[in-house]
Amino acid sequence: MATYKLTVNGQRREVIADPSTPLLWVLRDDLKMTGTKYGCGVSACGACTVHLGGTATRSCVVPIALVGDRPITTIEGIGADPVGRAVQNAWVEHDVVQCGYCQSGQIMTAVALLKHTPKPTDKDIEESMGGNICRCGTYVRIREAIREASQQLK
Amino acid sequence: MATATQTELTRRTFLRVSATAMGGLMVSLYLDLPLLAQEQKVKYPPDAFIAIHPDGKLIIQVNRLEFGQGVATALPLVLADELEADWSQVVAELAPAADIYRDPMRGIQMVGGSGSIRTSYTQYRELGARTRAMLIAAAAKRWSVPADQCSAEASVVHGPGGRSAKYGELAADAARQPVPATVKLKQPSQFRLIGKGAKRLDSRAKCDGSQKFGLDVDLPGMVVALVAHPPVFGGKVKGIGASDSRKLEGVQDVFEIPLARGGSGVAVVADKFWTAKQARDRLKIEWDLAGLEPADSTVLWAKFRELGRSKGLVATARGDEAALDHIPEPERIIAEFEFPYLAHTPMEPLNTTVRFDGDKAEVWAPSQLQGIDQMAIAQTLGLKPEQVRFHTAYAGGGFGRRAVIDSHVQREAAAIAQHLKGTPVKLIWTREDDVQGGYYRPMFLHHVEIGVGGDGMPTAWRHVIVGQSLLAGTPFAPKDGGADPTVVEGVADTPYLVPNFHVSAHQPAINVPVLWWRSVGNTHTAFVMETLMDELAVRAKMDPIAYRRKLLDPKATKPRAALDLLAEKAAWRSDVPRGHAVGIACHYSFQTGVACAADVSVENGRPRIHRVTVAVDCGTAVNPLTIESQMQGGVTFGISQLVPKGAITLKEGRVEQRNFDTYAPPYMSEAPVAVDVHIVQSNEAPSGIGEPPVPVIAPAVVNALARLTGKRYRTLPLTNL
Repeated sequence: MATYKLTVNGQRREVIADPSTPLLWVLRDDLKMTGTKYGCGVSACGACTVHLGGTATRSCVVPIALVGDRPITTIEGIGADPVGRAVQNAWVEHDVVQCGYCQSGQIMTAVALLKHTPKPTDKDIEESMGGNICRCGTYVRIREAIREASQQLK
Repeated sequence: MATATQTELTRRTFLRVSATAMGGLMVSLYLDLPLLAQEQKVKYPPDAFIAIHPDGKLIIQVNRLEFGQGVATALPLVLADELEADWSQVVAELAPAADIYRDPMRGIQMVGGSGSIRTSYTQYRELGARTRAMLIAAAAKRWSVPADQCSAEASVVHGPGGRSAKYGELAADAARQPVPATVKLKQPSQFRLIGKGAKRLDSRAKCDGSQKFGLDVDLPGMVVALVAHPPVFGGKVKGIGASDSRKLEGVQDVFEIPLARGGSGVAVVADKFWTAKQARDRLKIEWDLAGLEPADSTVLWAKFRELGRSKGLVATARGDEAALDHIPEPERIIAEFEFPYLAHTPMEPLNTTVRFDGDKAEVWAPSQLQGIDQMAIAQTLGLKPEQVRFHTAYAGGGFGRRAVIDSHVQREAAAIAQHLKGTPVKLIWTREDDVQGGYYRPMFLHHVEIGVGGDGMPTAWRHVIVGQSLLAGTPFAPKDGGADPTVVEGVADTPYLVPNFHVSAHQPAINVPVLWWRSVGNTHTAFVMETLMDELAVRAKMDPIAYRRKLLDPKATKPRAALDLLAEKAAWRSDVPRGHAVGIACHYSFQTGVACAADVSVENGRPRIHRVTVAVDCGTAVNPLTIESQMQGGVTFGISQLVPKGAITLKEGRVEQRNFDTYAPPYMSEAPVAVDVHIVQSNEAPSGIGEPPVPVIAPAVVNALARLTGKRYRTLPLTNL
C-alpha cells in the first residue's frame, strides 16, 4: 500500500492503494466516482476512458503508481469544459444513449477528439471512436452528435 | 405477498411522513388495477404507480427493467398522455419486485419477448385516465360544478368561469375520490404525447456520469466478491489453495459456494474489486471434473451434421412430405447452415448486491426477471420471497442475459451474503466470467432442401434444425414434448406460403448452459429463410422485394406493409456506386414486420455497410424516437453475428474466448455508417420493437455480398469473403 496525491476534476484527492491498482478502480472504489465504467479490464472497450494529462486514456490498464502528477478529468468533471459541455449537450440533443453504460467513455473519447481536431472528418471520427464498444449500437447517433458538437463549437 | 406489500407500504408511509416534515405533502394515488390474465383475482392493497407532489412533480413507477430499450420513457409517456400531464414534470422510477408490478398479460414481472409496451400499453393508459378522472372529480367537488364541465390539460384542471387548479393542489383531494371502474380512453387523434416522439428521460444522467447502474451500488460497510467458476460447466471444487490469496491486505474470506446448475465455485471476498481480483488470480483450485461432458465445438458440429440428415421432432407439417422426392435434382436447392454459440456481453458486467440480516434480506439487481430472482434469493437464504426487498437497478444492457430462469448470479450472491451474514456484498462477474460463463445463444445447424417449380417459386420444402432447447427443463417447456418454439420460430411459422412445407428439430442436450439472445430463435432462422429467399429470387430472375411479396401470405399484413414502405424509401438501391451492392431482408417477429435494404461493399476483405434503410410496421408507434433508436441499435446488434470475433467455441469442455480481445461485438467501423428508419402509419395495437430489427440485418448484408462475390455465406461468423 502507498499514498497517492491525485488531482481529479481540479480537486486534490489523496488515496491509499496498492500500487498495481488500476486508476479505474481507484476512481470507483476509493473515490466513489462511479461515472467511469468497468467494461473489460483489458483496454478493449473504452468504457473506462478518462483524460489523463489531457489525453484520452483507458483507466482500466493504468496502475495508480504510474499516474504521477498528471491531472485526471472524468465524466463527472468534463461538463465544466466548454468542449465537454458541447458534447454532452449534443448527446442529449441527438438522444444518443440507450442503456448508457458505455457513454461516459464515448463522451470522454469524443471530447478528446474535438479538442485536438475541432473539425473532424468522418474518417477522423471513425478512427478516434473506433475502439469504443457500444453494445446497444448507438454508433450512428454518436457520429451525428460529434458533428453537431463540432458545429456548435464554431 | 402480504408482507412484501407491507414492507412497501412502510417505506411509502415513511416517505410521506418525512416529506411532510420537510414542509410539503406528498400524496400518492393508489389505484386498484384489475389483473388482465393468468392470475387469480387479487385484491390489490393500495400501491402506487403515480405520485403527484405538491409542486406538480409526477413520479411514475415503471414495472420493467430499463436497460436501454427506452421503457422508462415510453410507459410514463403513455400514462402521462391519458393523464393530461405536463410532460416536463414527469420523473420515472424503476419499480421494485412486487406482485402489483407483474406483467399484466404474462403474470410475472419481466422484460422479454419485446413485450413491455405490447402488454402494458392499455394498463398504463388506464392508469393515466383513471387518475385524470379522479383529479377532475376532486376539482369539480371543490368548485361544486359537474365534472363534465371540467377538463384537464398540462397538469391543470379547468372549470367553468375560468377556474383552474393545478394537479399538485388537487392531489390530496383526488386521492380520496373513488377509483372509477371504467374509463374512456382517448382516440388516437386526441393523443398529445403518444406518437409524437419524446426524447429519453434518462439522457442527461447517462451523459454526466450521475446515472447509477447495478454495478455502481455502494452501501456502508459493503464488500466485493468474485467467484472462481469451474473450467468445465458443472465442475466441483476438490481442494482450495488460498494461502497466497489470504495474504493480500483487504482479503476477508475465501470459501466454496454451490452453483445454480450443480457443481461449485470459490468465492473470494475483499474490501474492493482489485483486491478480490488479485486474490482470485492467486487461488490454486483443484477441480473435480469427473463424469462431465467435455463439450467440443468440432465434435458437436460432426454430430449436428449427422442429425441434420434425419427428421426430428415435428414442428410444422403442411402438405405432402414426399413431394420433394418427386422433384428432379437440378430443380432443388440443398443448403446447410452453421451458427456458433454467441455470448450477450452487455456492457455492464453481471452483478448483484445482497445484504442478509438473518430474517430478511435486501437486494439491488439489474434484473429482467425481478420476481424469479427474488424467489431464488429467498430460497437460497431460507426466507420467504416477501422477506426479500428487491430493488430494480438500471442495467447497462442485457439482451436476454439478465433474464435467467435459474437466477444463477443471484443465487451466487445470496450464498455469499448468507456466509457473510449482515455484511452487504456486491458480487461482480468480470468480463472473463461473462464471456466464459455460458448461457449462450445455442449453436445451430439447419439442413434445408427446397424444390423449385417452373415459375421459380418453391413447391416443396424440408427443413431440419439442430440445436439445444432453451426451454427444456424449465416450467415453460412444451407440455407435449414437441419442438421447442424458441428453436423453430421464424421457420415453422414463416409467413411465406410454401406448399408441402415440413419443419422438424433435433434438440440434443449438451453440457453448455444456453439462453435467449435478443430475438431468440429468429437470430438464426431469419438468416436461413432470408438468404434462401434471395437465392430463390436470383434463380427466378426476380427483384428480391417483388419475389418476397409474391410468396407472402396475403394475411401477413405487417411484413407486407414493411416491404412496401421499404420499396418506396429504398429507391436509392437502383443507383449505388460501383463496387457496392444492395441486399434485402424481411422478417416478422414479436408481432412486428421489419424490412431492410443494406448498401454494402468489400473493404480489406470485410463487409463495409454504407447505408441501411429500415421499414417497420409495429402497429401504433408509441414513441417514434425510441423506435428509430431501437432499429438503429438493433441492426448493429445483428451485425454481431458477422464480425470475425463473433463466435464462442469450446475445446474439450473449455471455452476458447476470454474477453473482448477474443470475442468482440461490432465496433463503429463494422456497424452501418447510416441507418434511416421509416415507420408504417398504423392505429393497430403496438407490437414489439426491441428484438425485431436484429434478425434482418445479417441476411441483408450477406445477400449484398453474394451479389459482389458470387458466393453464398452459410457459416457464421464470416471469416473469409
